[in-house]
Amino acid sequence: MKGILKLGFKLLVNDKAKFTALILGITFAVYLMMFVTSMFFGVLNHASANIINVGSTIWVMDPYVESVSNSVGMPNYVLDAVRSMHGVKYAVPLYSGGALVKLADGNYQPVTVVGLDDTSLLGRPALLEGKIENIYAENGFIVVRDAEFSKLENPHIGSEFELNDNRAVIVGIAQVATSGLYGIPTLYTTYERAIQYIPNPRFTISYVLVEPKSMDDIPQIRQQVEALGYQARTKEEFMKRTEDFFIYKTGGGINILIMTAVSFIIGLSISGQTFYTFILENLERFGALKAIGIKSRDLIGMILFQATFTAMTGYGMGVGACVLLIWLAKLRLPSYAAMLTYSSLVIGFVMVAIIAAISSYFGIRKVLQIDPFSIFRG
Amino acid sequence: MPHVAIQAKGLEKWFGEGEAKTTALRDVELEAYFGEMLYIVGPSGSGKTTLLSVLSGVLKPNSGSVRVEDVDIWSLGADRLADFRLNKIGFVFQDFHLFPRLTTAENAAIPLILRKRDWDECIREAINYLEIVGLKGRADLPPVKLSGGEQQRVAIARAMVSQPDILIMDEPTASLDGDTGNAILSFVHKNVLNPNRCIVVVTHDNRIFEFASRILHMEDGRLTTAEKGKA
Repeated sequence: MKGILKLGFKLLVNDKAKFTALILGITFAVYLMMFVTSMFFGVLNHASANIINVGSTIWVMDPYVESVSNSVGMPNYVLDAVRSMHGVKYAVPLYSGGALVKLADGNYQPVTVVGLDDTSLLGRPALLEGKIENIYAENGFIVVRDAEFSKLENPHIGSEFELNDNRAVIVGIAQVATSGLYGIPTLYTTYERAIQYIPNPRFTISYVLVEPKSMDDIPQIRQQVEALGYQARTKEEFMKRTEDFFIYKTGGGINILIMTAVSFIIGLSISGQTFYTFILENLERFGALKAIGIKSRDLIGMILFQATFTAMTGYGMGVGACVLLIWLAKLRLPSYAAMLTYSSLVIGFVMVAIIAAISSYFGIRKVLQIDPFSIFRG
Repeated sequence: MPHVAIQAKGLEKWFGEGEAKTTALRDVELEAYFGEMLYIVGPSGSGKTTLLSVLSGVLKPNSGSVRVEDVDIWSLGADRLADFRLNKIGFVFQDFHLFPRLTTAENAAIPLILRKRDWDECIREAINYLEIVGLKGRADLPPVKLSGGEQQRVAIARAMVSQPDILIMDEPTASLDGDTGNAILSFVHKNVLNPNRCIVVVTHDNRIFEFASRILHMEDGRLTTAEKGKA
């Protein structure tokens, strides 16, 4: 079989024009599909930035919250009620909202303000500069150093600005695991200061962060919260809900599906058509092989090998091109929202496998149909 | 008494059904012997190529039998029939059917490769046969760089490389000029034919009749007359 596969390999790669077209077709399709899905997974990851950065095990929220960035205020009694529930180790409030910062040059810059529980500072970011206790200092804010940092004119410790007509002072510079989705800087302060500085509706608690006594307590906490008219979601569930919101309710998911389908069709049409043409051009010679005595299973094996080799080479090159482009983009834009995930790799692999299967199916069908007698008839 | 290589009895073959039915072979009986170069000649549409295909295990007859070395080839299953063709028969096609993307040596080595032998060994043997057919030093060229006569020699090398007992040549001179065709058949007669090999040639080129041991005439699907050749 090794010799027959080598024969198939030589027949394939020695036809340089067709082989190049086949590889480019699949490479382009894989690249396009991987890039689009990487962008999407990157966006989803950034959309869940607050959930990842704060890192609480359970998030209690209004049932109508669909993504972490669109919170619905809850009354203070919810916090008290949750604290008294069975299985709860501790629970703290979290504020998340938007505000306008007036910069030194007179321009206004929107920011996300995260208000941490005054007592525990649960969900605080890792500091690059400054001390966390300075957050309690008068007008103290911690700024996140990410791709949006420069929009606040690259502040340093001691920098001052106006936040909703209140004086604010930078007391620390932090880093977080994931930047936000909306391209605006993030400030951390205490919960009390956040609700004091930012005009709010009647209810001010965005989320109640809960730490259960044990993971086994999560179901009963969930039940008790539901009885209260609210919802308790684990970190993973909340991320999934946020992702679902972006997939199903923003059109993003449909767009990705369309782009993936387009790249699949491009890949299939280029490589399927080229592979089929390759088979057609060699059809009489395949007929001659049948007359000489090749067995059908060897012929099928040879064509499957050709299709698989082409598909896997194109897949590798497509993934490589995608990785290279994301790497180059991240050199320039560190928080570039593209993330190559196992899901992208698996989706790309499955797509390429389908392209190879369809291409080889038509080729095999054609080759099996050819009657070696037709070789004699000319 | 020469040994019988191929024995055909009561061969019938038709294509289509009803009004579209065309009968290509009508009760054909023949014997081909080792050590002879048997020509089957006749006008276009007389059934020569159909007969050649049936004799070589490529086209199944509607009735009748073909025995090669006492084996009824049409009683074999698909895989065993493919093995039979691969091991017992060498084919020289009218249009050569060489792979243009393979080298001359790789083309000639195909029957050995299909037998799943070591690649390098196949190429070495193919190069030997290319030398035998007068194509020394052409092993690495693609067939398109060769003349028509040279391509036919590659096809002969491919047919011979597995040392088949039976060589089937379908219109071997149809794509060649007169002199080249004559030279090719002369070469086959001198170098390929031996007492342990039977060569069956289908042709309507009377310029190469001089190499025939026997000539069978076909007309309208029937073998009409047989004559001794000059060779």
